[in-house]
Parts: sequence; structure tokens; C-alpha cells
Amino acid sequence: MDIFSKALTEKMKKAQSDLDAHVREIVDWHFDPATGSPFWLEYAEKLDFDPRKEIGSFDDLKILGHFEDEWLRGGPVRRWVPKGLAGKPTYVFETGGSTGVPKTRININDFQTDYEIFSDTLNDETFPKGADWLMLGPSGPRRLRLAVEHLCQHRGGICFFVDLDPRWVNKLIKRGEHQEMQQYKDHVINQALTILRAHDNIQCVFTTPKLLEALCEKINLRKAGVKGIFCGGTEMNAQFHRFAREELVPGIDFVPTYGNTLMGLAACKPFNNDNDYAITYYPPHPRAVFEIVNPDNLDEVVDYGETGRVLLTTLTKEFFVPRFPERDEGDRAAPIDLYPWDGVSNLRLLSSLQTSVVVGVY
Amino acid sequence: MIHIPILRAGKVYKSLDANKVVHFKSGEPIAELSQANRGMIARDMLKMSEYQNVLQEFPVRKLLEICKKAADIFRNESLPLGDHEQSPEDYISQLSSSTGMPKSLCRRNMDKILLVMEEMEAVLGGLTRGLDINVVDSGWVEQNGTPLSFIRETDSLGAILPSNSPGVHSLWLPAIPLKVPLVLKPGSSEPWSPFRIIQAFIAAGAPREAFHYYPTSYNGAAEILLKTGRSMLFGDKNTVAPWKKDPRVQIHGPGWSKVVIAEDKVDDWESYLDVVETSAVSNGGRSCINASGLWVAGRGKEIAEALAKRFAKITARTIDDPAAEIAAFANKPLAEMISEMIDQQLEIPGAEDLTAKYRETGRFVELDGCAFLLPTVVWCEDPTHPLAHSEFLFPYISVVESPQDEMLEKMGSTLVATAITGNRSFIQKIFASQHVERLNIGPIPTMKISWDQPHEGNLFEHLYRQRALQMIG
Repeated sequence: MDIFSKALTEKMKKAQSDLDAHVREIVDWHFDPATGSPFWLEYAEKLDFDPRKEIGSFDDLKILGHFEDEWLRGGPVRRWVPKGLAGKPTYVFETGGSTGVPKTRININDFQTDYEIFSDTLNDETFPKGADWLMLGPSGPRRLRLAVEHLCQHRGGICFFVDLDPRWVNKLIKRGEHQEMQQYKDHVINQALTILRAHDNIQCVFTTPKLLEALCEKINLRKAGVKGIFCGGTEMNAQFHRFAREELVPGIDFVPTYGNTLMGLAACKPFNNDNDYAITYYPPHPRAVFEIVNPDNLDEVVDYGETGRVLLTTLTKEFFVPRFPERDEGDRAAPIDLYPWDGVSNLRLLSSLQTSVVVGVY
Repeated sequence: MIHIPILRAGKVYKSLDANKVVHFKSGEPIAELSQANRGMIARDMLKMSEYQNVLQEFPVRKLLEICKKAADIFRNESLPLGDHEQSPEDYISQLSSSTGMPKSLCRRNMDKILLVMEEMEAVLGGLTRGLDINVVDSGWVEQNGTPLSFIRETDSLGAILPSNSPGVHSLWLPAIPLKVPLVLKPGSSEPWSPFRIIQAFIAAGAPREAFHYYPTSYNGAAEILLKTGRSMLFGDKNTVAPWKKDPRVQIHGPGWSKVVIAEDKVDDWESYLDVVETSAVSNGGRSCINASGLWVAGRGKEIAEALAKRFAKITARTIDDPAAEIAAFANKPLAEMISEMIDQQLEIPGAEDLTAKYRETGRFVELDGCAFLLPTVVWCEDPTHPLAHSEFLFPYISVVESPQDEMLEKMGSTLVATAITGNRSFIQKIFASQHVERLNIGPIPTMKISWDQPHEGNLFEHLYRQRALQMIG
């Protein structure tokens, strides 16, 4: 018996078909000597097959093996720039650096595209067009800093920032300097309070769970005029979601998100005021795909509701990441009408890494 | 399944995030333990002065009555445990099943908690050195014709609690009659005792607002230490290290407690073997006040051999056996790792496990599916050997011989020192030693605690400070 309705099944088939077509387009682009990046063209030379001929669907990506994040550590970074996009203004973004030497990813327009797609999921009443934003998150060489500003600008607003170096916070945590970390957090929060009190039109905030908690110790955000909060970070779980809605920011639209430099931004299944605070993310299909797989056999997708490691595939003309094993695990979530493809619930740090990764302000 | 909730100002809160409390032997879940997110703790702390005001309204005499009544309830009554009821026997059984501690030892620990609740007035008398306890009501009293005023330093006492020895819960109990609300983070495998104590206090008439119970992560624990004005931190060397310089945090780290037999008594060493054995073995060797070192001015090897013969007679028994003296390890790989670590350190010249030759088994044994480490005596010829300065979660003692005049310096940090000597000059030196926290003069086991004496800092002095007061009229 099918577990999905006929209408949803049709949508899922269409999404799969669109994905397969998108895979062919992206593989053609990255492995074409005229448009591909030096990295993937060199990679193809070592293969005993031509990816453009052999890869006709998403499933066929398996023959390329797994993307390795070590490839992203160090230079030359230009080897990642596709020839088809040569000469365009190029950004380089770093990961948070919470697991050693930062990985770098080149970016041309992807972050704008990802956040424009995400913008369509926001409620115009709680994230009003023309409202200004506060970006209370990591600054420096991170995609998030520019991406949130672009999201704000895309919606007609102006974005305010604070200085925040999460790597310094990580060092303080590793050294056990709790009091100094608290002082640094206070320094960050004081910057935010100053901005919020000085600019009346700030109605939207991006922040992380820890910083939201700290901010709400000092100010009632609803009284300060904030209507929508877009929040992402590793401490986001169902309990935090409930705590945020019930206690931290009642009356404010609270939108959990999951994103990273390699993928883009995943949207959260809308909250229905039904006390179901479980957080389920859906990737921006077909630009990115989640597979929830057996950690001991990355080719085996687990059943719906079962826990597995997140395998990420990113498919844009700027960047190609086939089947990268993320440092996260979660439960495989079934497609829904709004997002007729696989998602992930209860996302958390991979069990095997939980003692080794320092989670700072994220 | 039993779900143990968070208590926020005494009110039950069931978190969507819960950890399992598992049976030490089977690994099967016994209960779910709600987990508090860090921000919840920080948010609740904003209201602490309100909660303290509620407690402040209770006269100290009334609170002392409540302590006695709570002891009676703790001992005899069934109390709420989430949606379930917990009888005293349930408590002992649950405590034993998650910690691996024999029921007989669980009962002894329960008695320690009860003693402090029942004798709270005497405990406060010891902590305040006989100060009129009405000072916590009025802020000042007149004693010997002099006005004495004390000011409360905090609206809350945080406590990051261990899982290894329920008796330590008696240390934070005086906070209630001292009118300081409690913010407790229970150990992950010992959520039972603090929850039951709180329920007993509430049933006895204490205000709910005085009790905050937050099972939480490392981050949540740090939040408690940061946000409470005063706190107690129980943990190993690495856990307590970052907080050592924070005067708001009272550290309860490793004990490295010791028995010392001086030159004048060492020839009579056989008379003191009972004291040494009790100091090392009582409570399964799990407490910071268990002796992990015996320092002697002579005849060290001979004494170590005799102790080893005694220790080798102690065997692993099931947790229901009333004669059980040692606890099983809730974490079998940890037991194996500790034993392997000792063996590795024995490869460094200068130390020998004397118990090995008297035991019929190795140090690590399994019984009825449980892992045990058998009592171990290590003779350390070299006082600088790492095993001369180690303590473990089982009865372990190193015997070290040292010239008496060098002993105190070489011993290092010592939570409880039992000094067996009549030599006044040596006693004076021990009195002057900054390495020694609690001092027993004479053959008193390190485990024998007089509750009218402070432990690792004086809780009254941690919570209150004296202010100058002059009055006219």
C-alpha cells in the first residue's frame, strides 16, 4: 500500500524527474572542458569513464564516489571556479572552523539565489517587506553574513550587524574560559541592544539559539518591535523550538533554519500551532538533496523515521558536491505537499563526533 | 516508563529533550530524565530574588522544623517521581540499579543524608561556630555584648552534583535553613537523591520556589555556575580546573585523602590497620574522603603487605548481598580502562601491586554480568611515583614510606588527613600545612565525618559574609 496520497505521489515523481534532469545539466556543465572547473576536469581525467555519458540520473552519482571535505582545505581556490563563469566577481567563504582548518567554498551568485528562494517561504506579515533587519550572528569570512544582508535587501530592507568572531569563542570554550566567554557574549549582546534601541524600523532578526537566549535576557523583542526571527544553529532542537515560542519570543514568528556553506539553506516544515515542535528541514531541491543513510554503509538509505547520517549533494553551476557525508545525523522525513522530497528531522551532531567538536555561539 | 521532570521553582516541567537513565548492568532504560536547555536555566535565574523572598519569609526555626519533618518523610513516605510514586525501597532499588552501588551502601548513604536533615541545627551550629542562628532572620544578633551582622551574598546556590556518592547531597542541604534557594544539576546516573530530597522538603512544608532541579548538559552546568551567585562544583580534576579561580564556585574535586602514621606510632602499625581499611574501603572507595594514600615514617613494605592480605579478602558480591562492600561499575569499559591504566603505571619502576599475589583473580572481575575492580594496595618505594598520588573510583590505596620531616611536602593536596601521632611538634606542622583541608588527629577513619565541621569550605561563609555594624539607641 502506498503511504503517500496520489497527489503527493505525482508531485514526488515530478520532483524526482526534475532532479534527474538537473543532475544531467550540472554534470554536463562541470565535466565539459569548456565550462567545468579545473578540479572536476582533472578529477574526470583519473576516471575510466566519462561522467557526462554515464550519469543520467541522481542515483548514477554514486559512481563518482563521495565528495571529501579535505579537498576544500587550502588552495589553490581558483581550481573550483568553473571556466564557464570565469571573470565574474567571486567570493570565497569559509566554514565556521569548528573542526580544524576551515574549508573554503567559492561563490558567485549562489548565496543570493539560495536566500531569494528561501525568502519566498517567509511570511510577509511577520517578515514585512521594507522592514530593516538585525544580523546577530557570526561576522567575518562567512557566507551567512552576506547572505542575511542579501535576504534583507531582497525584501527591501537595510541590514544592521555586530562584530562576532566565533573562532575566538571556540578558543575560549576549549580553554575553559567560561567567564571570559560570558564577557564576550555580553559585548556582542550590548552591540545588538544599542542597535535595536537606536533603529525603530528593525522588525526582523537573524540569530543563533544561544544569542537569542542571551538577547531575551535583556530585552522584550516583541515590545522592541520585532515581528520575525530567523534562527539557525546547532542547539536548535524541538525543545529549544518550544522554549522559543512559549517563553523567549511568544507572539513573534520564529523560523528555524538549517544551512551551511556547502549546501545553501534548508527550509523548515511550517509550524501549525499544534504543539508539534519537531523540526523538519527540507533542502532547496533540486539545487541540494539530503539522503539519510546508514552511517556504516553510505549507499543504504534508511527507512522513513529511522536515524541516519546526512549525505549532502549540492548541484549548482557554481559548485558541485556529490554525496558528501555531513557531520550531522537525523531522522529521515517523508515528503510533504509543500516539499515533495526527502527531508530530515531531529538534526543533531553525529553521535561519534559529539565529544570532539566544540560548538560555540552557533 | 518513569519520567523524571525538570523542577522550575518547584513546578514540574516535562522537556521534549530527555536522556535515558539506564540499568548499570543491562543497559536497559530505567527512566527518562528531562533535559533543561541552557536558556531555560538563564531565564529562570532572572527571578531568583523573588524566589529568595518567598524563602526569606519563613523563620529559621520553622525551616529547622521542616528539615526534621522532611527527614521523616524522606525515610518513610512515598513521594512523587514524575507521574509515579516512589517508596523508600523504590528509591534504594533505583539508586542501586543506575549507579551499581550495593543496596547496603545505598542505605548507608541515605542515612548520611537523613542525619544532616535531622541534626540540621547542630550542623548550622558547626558552620556558624555557635552563632545565634536567628541571624538569618534578622540580619544581626547580639552575642557577648557585641552586635554581629551577616549579609547574604547570593539569591541562589547552584550545585553541579556527582553520580558516585549520594552522601554528598548532605552538603548542600543547609542552604535551605540558611534561606538560599537551590539550583541543582543532578548527576546523569544519580537523579534520584536530589529529586527525592526536594520532594520531601516540599511535602514537609518548604516553599516550592526554593527548589530548582535541572538535569542538563555540560553547557547547562556552566550556565548554573555562571548565573548563580554562589555554587558548588563536584567533578574530576579536568572538570573543576576552569573554575578554580572563581571565588563564587566552591570546588569539590578529587580528595587524595590520606592516613599518616608518624615515627612515634609506626611500630604499633598493626593497631591501625582497621582505621586504614575503613578509610579506604568504606562506601566502596568512591568518595573523595576515602583514603587513597597511607604515608608512613617507616616499615612501609611490611605494612603494605599486611594491608594487601586484608584487601585481597574483599570480593565482588551482587548488589543485593547485604555483605557487599564494593560497587559495580556502571560503565564496564571505564573499569577496564582504569585497571589497564594502573597496570601501565606499574611498569614505571618504584611501585608494586601487592594485592595481586594474594588474590585468586585479576583486579578486574565480572560477577553476575557486573564489572568490579577489586581493592588494591600498591607499595610505592618512590614517593614521587604517579601511583603514590592517584585516586580511583574503587578501594585503592598506595602505601608510601617517607622521612617524617619531608612527608607533608611530598604528600601534596589532601582533603582529609588522619594523622596518627602524639608528637606535638609534628602535629603543629600538620596544623600549619596548607595542603591539608580536613584534619583528624588520632586513629579516626578519614570517612568519619563530623557534620558540625565544615567540609571543603564552610557553606555558611560561602553564602554569608560578616558586615561591620555599629548602632546607637
